[in-house]
Amino acid sequence: MNSTDDLLVIDGVTKAYPGVVANSDVSFRIRKGEVHALLGENGAGKSTLVKTIYGLVTPDAGTMTLDGQAYAPAEPSAARQAGVAMVFQHFSLFDALSVAENIALGMETPPKRRVLARQIREVSEAYGLPLSPNRRVGDLSAGERQRVEIVRCLLQNPRLLIMDEPTSVLTPQEVEILFRTLRQLSAEGTAILYISHKLDEIRALCDTATILRHGKVVGDCVPRDTSARDMAEMMVAAKLDTPVKHPGTRGEEVFAVDGLSLPAASQFGTALKDIAFSVRKGEILGIGGVAGNGQDELFAVLSGETRTAPGSVAFQGAPVGRLGPHERRAIGILSAPEERLGHAAAPDMSLADNALMTAALRMKLAPGGWIDWKGVRAYAEKVIKGFDVRTPGAHTAAGALSGGNLQKFVVGREVMQDPALLIVNQPTWGVDAAAAAHIRKALIKLAEEGAALIVISQDLDELMEISDRITAICDGRMVRPRPAQGLTMNDLGLMLGGRDPEEEAVA
Amino acid sequence: MIRLERRPAPSKNWTYLAPLLAVATTMAVGAIMFALLGKDPFLAIKTIFWDPIFSPQFGSYSRPQLLVKAGPLILIAIGLSLGFRAGIWNIGAEGQYIMGALAGAAVALAVYPMELPVLLPLMVIAGALGGWAWAMIPGFLRTMFNTNEILVSLLLVYVAEQILAAASVGFLRNPEGGGFPGSRNLQSYPSAHNAEIIANSGIHWGVVAALISVIAAYVLLQRHILGFHIKLAGEAPRAAKLAGVNPARLILFCMGVSGALAGMAGLFEVAGPAGKVSIDFGAGYGFTAIIVAFLGRLHPVGILLAGLLMALTYIGGELAQLMLSLPAAAIQAFQGMLLFFLLAFDVFSHYRLRLAPGRAA
Repeated sequence: MNSTDDLLVIDGVTKAYPGVVANSDVSFRIRKGEVHALLGENGAGKSTLVKTIYGLVTPDAGTMTLDGQAYAPAEPSAARQAGVAMVFQHFSLFDALSVAENIALGMETPPKRRVLARQIREVSEAYGLPLSPNRRVGDLSAGERQRVEIVRCLLQNPRLLIMDEPTSVLTPQEVEILFRTLRQLSAEGTAILYISHKLDEIRALCDTATILRHGKVVGDCVPRDTSARDMAEMMVAAKLDTPVKHPGTRGEEVFAVDGLSLPAASQFGTALKDIAFSVRKGEILGIGGVAGNGQDELFAVLSGETRTAPGSVAFQGAPVGRLGPHERRAIGILSAPEERLGHAAAPDMSLADNALMTAALRMKLAPGGWIDWKGVRAYAEKVIKGFDVRTPGAHTAAGALSGGNLQKFVVGREVMQDPALLIVNQPTWGVDAAAAAHIRKALIKLAEEGAALIVISQDLDELMEISDRITAICDGRMVRPRPAQGLTMNDLGLMLGGRDPEEEAVA
Repeated sequence: MIRLERRPAPSKNWTYLAPLLAVATTMAVGAIMFALLGKDPFLAIKTIFWDPIFSPQFGSYSRPQLLVKAGPLILIAIGLSLGFRAGIWNIGAEGQYIMGALAGAAVALAVYPMELPVLLPLMVIAGALGGWAWAMIPGFLRTMFNTNEILVSLLLVYVAEQILAAASVGFLRNPEGGGFPGSRNLQSYPSAHNAEIIANSGIHWGVVAALISVIAAYVLLQRHILGFHIKLAGEAPRAAKLAGVNPARLILFCMGVSGALAGMAGLFEVAGPAGKVSIDFGAGYGFTAIIVAFLGRLHPVGILLAGLLMALTYIGGELAQLMLSLPAAAIQAFQGMLLFFLLAFDVFSHYRLRLAPGRAA
């Protein structure tokens, strides 16, 4: 039943890892020139499947057929030769090199520099992705960096382009540009396998969708004709409730930042410039912004990893700028950073170890310095249960968990310590819809119980969903926080660009 | 085609298997080397690993020697392992060992010939302080000026060797020694002598200290938050910072402990088996302890076993030089192989070997 329309036919692909079957008898087909969505929760097996197609993983069973030919790439270069290209969620670019140099590094036989520069210009113009070959990657925005990766793929004239969570780092305007490019590619006959958690995007862009759950194909649909809610429910096989925020009673101001300026720590860092804001009890303050505009620097100041002048950060009226993370935890300021592996968690250590990492003080897990391992394991199990972390147990290494499950663990670890102020950077970055809903609900509940929250996120929908007030950071400066109610996407776009929508309206 | 695939989590089995395989491979490859040197490989391996313990002819001499050699190796390696766990690389234990010996011996020589019951304990404290102070130099420079502690601690070994030479011919020289270099012999100064606790067993206070250090390090790493922070800093430095670990304090602690333990090892040696400060006092224990620390997986119990094994190759190696006239360099190459193969087999605790099919047809 092979029709000539089929570009890639996946038939019975199975891949098992010790203790978990990542893909079980997965079969579907991608037609030429279609935009095909791959949907599923974290741990549903999307990554493994995509890696199989790209030659990074060898399946235990099953076959793939590319354009009528047997297709079993042993490594990514074989996949690329066969016309399969991939843009990863995490960019693999060198900051100190130029765009052209970065692209040349990824090629088997790079052409001469001048020829390559011309090709880059041609491709980027043809697909509406403005990109100068001679600029240094360190100076580019996240959206521009993604263009480098896409152009690198397009130079190989792929027949199938795989995109893993491409919009997680983009502004709404940049998403529009990307979608135009993808639609153009699809019209020219390039098939696109599109992985995303943002169901609205999939509905706007994709022709068909295959839904994975626990490593199996559980259905397919035409996204345009299916509601986002139905798709989400197919993914999790359960009714999904969207978190609802009650406009809570806001109490007194608990945390204030005033006149905070900080020079950039490194060449590629961002300087913070005269930042001022405050948070009240029971309030969630959302901080938007495109990646690399000072979010990491701001987070480090709030968590205490970077110390500042005492008065620039105040908690319950007292200056805390000189306090480190440990001292801040003692008074109730807790934080969960963006990067899960290596910052929020130590990947090679167990979940119990990772629970001890930030909960030792408040949960009294090491009285007098002596670790109460029974208590540590009990607390880790409590977080695992309370936040529905899918893992064999507290002894599992953190790095063995899928991104969404580890994220639930690191957020849960802080939420369950009863913080007075919780700072979260990218709470649901790379996390599937069900886990994201779970995390957001927990954050809202925490605020309702009287905690103050600061949520730094690049996901505007998320900010709109949970924040009471929203501000944005752009090139190390912060715009004035505004009530979330009544903000439009256009307002947000202006704020991400560092402008105040009200002033714009007046002007 | 063979390729390496990263394991989702490090393999527990390989962590334990790697040292055993490294020993076995070292024996096999060492045997080939000995054969190429024209010696009987089986006899050579037997002389190194078997005879020091079981030979009726040498056993009574070399069995106590085993503990005498293993003691300082274990004591130094335990200290180094704490820093290595945290990603703090003190490579200069040899220098701290020498400075500890000098500081401790200087205390004894200053009060000679007074008999004081507390003299040996005082010397131990002085020895620990001497090593601690020497290790604080790279520690302090690292925390203040972000210098590289590997280079600074290593270069300070050569400074320490110069001071040792100066002491042997100068300020610590035996005034009744007829102008020969070297200090008074502490073995003949009862209050200062780190004598065997049980005659002919090789057990002196340094061996006891080594055992105590093994237990203390085990308890620290398994039960105490400080040990946890040491491990965390090594595994994920940013996570450690988030947990509230102060990197500067951790560096000073790890450098200080490793320096103090190396200094104590030096003192026990100079007041016991060596007996006196002499130009050739530094015997390379500080460097060999690095191998011991890694061979023992930076784990206290592993280090205990690795220290005994390393001491065995020392004594067996000497025996092989004596009996089979193997060159000393061959023995050193043999010991080096051990670390080499260990690091090679270590790859498998993080990666698995896969036989991948060839390119797509």
